[in-house]
Amino acid sequence: MMCLAVPGKLIECHEDLATVDLQGNRLRISRVLVPDARPGDWVLVHAGFGIARIEEQDALETWSYLQSAGEAPIFEDGAMNGEPAGPREHSP
Amino acid sequence: MTESESTLIDQIRALTRRIGRRVQYMEVCGTHTVCLFRSGVRSLLPPELRMISGPGCPVCVTAQRHIDAALELATDRRVIIATYGDMLRVPGRRGSLESMRAAGARVEVVMSARDALALARSHPAEEVVFLAVGFETTAPATAAVVAEADRDAVGNFSVLMCHKRIVPAMLALLGDGRSALDGFLCPGHVSVIIGSSAYRPVVARHRVPCVVAGFEPRQLLLGIRRLLQQTASGLARLDNVYPVCVSPAGNGAALKLMREVFRHEDAAWRALGVIGASGFALSERYASFDAVRRFGIVLGCDEDHPGCLCGEVIQGLAEPGDCPLFDRACTPMRPVGPCMVSSEGTCAAWHRYRRTPPRPGRGGRRRKEPSCPW
Repeated sequence: MMCLAVPGKLIECHEDLATVDLQGNRLRISRVLVPDARPGDWVLVHAGFGIARIEEQDALETWSYLQSAGEAPIFEDGAMNGEPAGPREHSP
Repeated sequence: MTESESTLIDQIRALTRRIGRRVQYMEVCGTHTVCLFRSGVRSLLPPELRMISGPGCPVCVTAQRHIDAALELATDRRVIIATYGDMLRVPGRRGSLESMRAAGARVEVVMSARDALALARSHPAEEVVFLAVGFETTAPATAAVVAEADRDAVGNFSVLMCHKRIVPAMLALLGDGRSALDGFLCPGHVSVIIGSSAYRPVVARHRVPCVVAGFEPRQLLLGIRRLLQQTASGLARLDNVYPVCVSPAGNGAALKLMREVFRHEDAAWRALGVIGASGFALSERYASFDAVRRFGIVLGCDEDHPGCLCGEVIQGLAEPGDCPLFDRACTPMRPVGPCMVSSEGTCAAWHRYRRTPPRPGRGGRRRKEPSCPW
């Protein structure tokens, strides 16, 4: 959906780019809009960009709802995805 | 539905009874529209409480002139169109991007503005035009890639600017006076960028309550309850039930970037007409990335399909069931109006989540439609 952002956990950063873990899917996003975000932080991800830092508890509650609703909308129409960052190799 | 959500529903019903009249709130975000349906919250609201879907679906409010400009660009053999998937099927005068792609035009669906810029980098001999659609949640991404393209001198990248600002549209709706509204449920993720204080002019000028809310059922219910509490007490305030993500000032980095790359300009909205300072254009420093300028596109006029009520629907003046085309000539598989094209359009949401009885005189069994592709 066009204006929906979902939480992801920052795994690593390299200049303006970052890899986030979205419940097991790793995506490469831009952190130009969240320049203070560091590995371990949670960010809201929209259309391949981090747009806000959020607390872990709030992020987990959001994911809990998305999963209970039976559909994680991030993959519904691709409107807010980043690019895949390769297969997941280990747990974050 | 958790216990606390049940309690919220009870409180919402009690407050609505206490107000003792019909109450109308507008959600100005297509994502809120879909979440209200999908979560079941909408079906639990009392009948006297009406949630109206406003002009919050970016695909739906994109003016015909911009759809036609995109289609004209797609006929240029040098051009690759990069677009979010929602725009693919919006009908214009000469078809849709999807039909033009089937006829040989080069149209690529991207998931991020970054993908569009990457496409330009990987196709240096061709021109990549990104259809920049969306409200302030999505607009900073466009600003970021335009700044990056400028920095790296990516000369074959440009954007067709269709980005819109939500607050001027809210003010225009209230100024018009035709939509009788008791308050706004303000979009959570647009507000992450612009900050909750961006709605102060709406409250101050029109004394209409504004409540920022997120997208989970509890957030929707908290937002609606806060609106009802204000209405019941005769108050008009700015409230934010989504402070974990939305600050009063918004995302400073995003706002700074948008101020550098964009400027405000009067923008044409489908059905609403031209609203002052309601759109983003590229600032003079970045104007060379404007596809309209680069390709000499002459923006035409806006004509809606005869009989289509999308314009009235996005102003809250009609419901999809009032439209003679809805679920007959206009379905998600064969959309006529933009509100049926976009997965966040009000008509598509009604088609998907809510069944309306056939209108008198038209009778007959509802034709079974193939499942919605979204």
